Order: sequence, then structure tokens, then C-alpha cells
Amino acid sequence: MSTTAIGPAAQTSRWTKKDLLGLRELAAEDIRLILDTAQSFREISLRPIKKVPALRGKTIVNLFFEPSTRTRTSFELAAKRLSADIVNITPQQSSLSKGETVLDTVRNLEALKVDIFVIRHAASGVPHLIARHAGAAVINAGDGAHEHPTQALLDVFTIQEKKGRVDGLRVSIVGDIAHSRVARSNIWGLTKLGARVTVCGPPTLIPPHIESFGVAVTHELEAAIREADVLMVLRIQHERQEALLVPSLHEYRLRYGITQERLVHAKPDLLIMHPGPVNRGVELDSRVADGPHSVILDQVTNGLAVRMAALYLVSGAPKVDEAEA
Amino acid sequence: MEPLRETAKVMDAEAIRRATTRIAHEILERNKGTDGVAFVGIRTRGAILAQRLSKEIEAIDHHAVPVGILDITLYRDDLSRIAPNPIVRATEIAFDVTDLRLILVDDVLFTGRTIRAALNALNDLGRPRAIQLAVLVDRGHRELPIRADYVGKNLPTQLREHVEVRLNELDEIDEVVIESPAAIREGAP
Repeated sequence: MSTTAIGPAAQTSRWTKKDLLGLRELAAEDIRLILDTAQSFREISLRPIKKVPALRGKTIVNLFFEPSTRTRTSFELAAKRLSADIVNITPQQSSLSKGETVLDTVRNLEALKVDIFVIRHAASGVPHLIARHAGAAVINAGDGAHEHPTQALLDVFTIQEKKGRVDGLRVSIVGDIAHSRVARSNIWGLTKLGARVTVCGPPTLIPPHIESFGVAVTHELEAAIREADVLMVLRIQHERQEALLVPSLHEYRLRYGITQERLVHAKPDLLIMHPGPVNRGVELDSRVADGPHSVILDQVTNGLAVRMAALYLVSGAPKVDEAEA
Repeated sequence: MEPLRETAKVMDAEAIRRATTRIAHEILERNKGTDGVAFVGIRTRGAILAQRLSKEIEAIDHHAVPVGILDITLYRDDLSRIAPNPIVRATEIAFDVTDLRLILVDDVLFTGRTIRAALNALNDLGRPRAIQLAVLVDRGHRELPIRADYVGKNLPTQLREHVEVRLNELDEIDEVVIESPAAIREGAP
């Protein structure tokens, strides 16, 4: 029974940043600290009493200017499992619909002594703007096409869990790279941890000069699948720009949809990931989404632990009273 | 904080071994064997001592006693007072604690705050039949009403001194030393 390893403390770095805004500005050791902390938090959700007192008395606001169910719920449960109090604010029910500016909304909430803001916004940079003006910690839960750091962290965590490493793995990201904050954050995180990333999609959905991010580009799905240890399938966001950039969803599926037939040349231990929600029958067929390669539900489970880690770490960062200094 | 320097070695490898052997016998005597008994060691050196005690008991009684590892970081009472937040490591208790007699193990018993945190953590994991406390060193200066059931060595100390337990598995030596600030080393009270 006494086989549990007790090694010397592998992790010695500490989290000193006020906010978690993106993976671009994080060092590899910051990313590893979040992943290691998330690993420690996983066990809490397996207990009969799924709660620890670490953030007792802290107040967190989920400020979601864009609709979201899974990310918002994941942050909400993460906060609750750490014993924090959390409030959800969406534009429909806030003064924003009465013409209040974003910063006024934040200042009013800060006057109520909020400790952490979790922010999603359709425009890139809004969480950064709020972070500069707020003394409270800010976590970016997705800003425009810019970054979605906790999604990339849970993706990397899942790869690490399933493959035992990230360094040296080949990861192909398929879909709308141009408008995807998930792709951008994953590219930063994966390359910092030593993975080799290839992006794949129709030319209209691949941004020019993406190679400068340190990734390879292909428009051939077969090539992207054949070499991959991990296949990240992005959502076709037909409610957004893509409508004009692909001829039709049917056409997209024919060229870039992941079907069982397309996986014949895949590695036997290929992981298939998707940030959700899945458009079944468009970017991903049901047989694949529910098949043996898929780790989509593990991603959701791990997202909770990663968000607990993010909340725990930013809650302990040194307080900034002169936020604009 | 004042600089500390090692002033006395209070236990060597042999003394630590004799202490853990004695505690193992005391645990067996008090619990009338190993039935329903499990160890929970507090990270990091308490967990090492728990594994040693389990081996000692197995050598005497030929029954394996399960060992779990508890990380108390999330239950500390000073979390909001220290920045940045301390590193959290995993709690690894592979058995249901409900109805077990748990022997909580730590290296040094001092203010009692770590043990308070551990008791709260165990309470969230289930309802043990009883919790007993085993420590290698009791150095006094309690700030909470907590006492140990099994003590390797009672060690009177001054508040400003530091007791350092080094264990082979982690530190490549078995010893307990006292480190003192200059004022105490020079004989001032």
C-alpha cells in the first residue's frame, strides 16, 4: 500500500502575477505551475464532499458579455468547490443594456469589494483593459479572437494526462484558425512546452504569416492527421464570420470534417480533442466524437481542475492598491 | 527574520530508528493490533515517517497498514495572509477513512495549527472512528488545544529557535537539529 511516491518538491516557482490574461505572456514554468496545481485539485472533485475552504470569504464575479454555458459553469463550480462566493452577470440583466460603460460596470462591482473578475467579451483586449483599471485580479475567459487561456491550459493538461508529456508531440489544429482564440492560446502554450504544432484549414481561414508563431501550415487534412499525436478540431462558428469564408457547411465537411474514414491513416493512439460545443456532422462526425480516440469529456472534467488552479493562484497574488501605477 | 545557525544535533539516525520502532509498538499495543488502523502522513516529512511506521508495524505484526498522504495547504488558517499562495500538492488517500482508526503523522508538533488544518481536511474526507496523533518531535509552544498520542522525543525549545527534521528519503541523512539565532547562541535568554 505504501507505494506512493514522495519525491523532492519538483515545483519551486511561485505565482506572482495579478491576472491571467493569456498564455503569450507566460513563461513555460508559469504554465507548468498552473498544470501541477490543477493536478493537485483533481482529487477534490472525486470526494463525497467536493469542497475545500481555500477561498472562503473571497468574492468572484463572472462577467460574461458573450453567451457561454460550459466555461461559465466550469468557473462557477470551480469557485464553489474552493468555497468562494460567485455572482454571474450577463449583459441582458445588467446596466450595460442601459448604456453604462464596461469600466463603470467594473468600478461599481469593485465598490462591492470583488476579489476576482472572470471576463468574457467579444472584443479582443477587454479583459486587459479591465485588469489595468481594477485592483481585483482578472481572469480572461475568452476575448474576441485573441486568447482563451484556461481552455488551452485544460487542453495541454489533458494531453499531458493522456500522453505523459507534451514535449516533442505533434499536434494538428484543424479548422478556423483565423478567428479562434482557442487556437491562438493553444499555439502559445503548446510551443512553449515543446510540442510541434501544425495548423490546417482552408486558405480563407488561415491567417497570413501564422508561421511566425512557430507553427507549420498545411491545407491537406490527410497530412495533418497522418503525422499527429493529437488532433484538435475547432468549432465552425457558423454564427460568425465563417459564413462568408467557406462555401457551405456541407462543402466544409467534405474537405475538413473529421470522419471515421479519414482516420484510417491516423496513429492508433491519436487523441481527438474539441473545445465544444461540437457541430456534429460538420467539423466532427458523431462516430469520431463518441469514439475511442475522443477525449472531449476528459477535457471538460479537467477544465474544472484547471480553473480551480487559476482561481487559487490569482487569489494569492500580492494585492495591487495603486492599480494604475 | 534573524539568521539561524545549527547549534545542536538532538537525534541521529539511530535515535530516530529507535523512536519509530517504539512508536510502532505503542500503536499496536494501544489499538490491540492493526485491525481497522491506517496511517495518514502530512506532506512531506510526515508522509515519509508514516511509511516508515507502516513498515515497522508490518515487520512486527505481519499485517500491512495502509498509508495515505495529506496535503493541508488548502486548509491553512493563514492563506489570506501570505502572498503568493503556497504551492498545493495532491492529497493521496486511496482508502475510505470512514470508521477507520487513523494515525495522523507529522515530523514536528509546534503551534498545533498544522494539525488543526489536518483534522479539518480529514473531516471532509469522511468520518473516522478515531484519530490519533504521532510525531517525531514535540517542541512545545502550542497555540491550540492539541496534544500528541505518540511522541518520539519531547524537546524543550525557545520560540525563536527552529527544529529541522532531515530524513534520508528526501535529505539523504537521518537527523534532527536545532537552529538558533545569534542572541540565543551567545547565551542571552
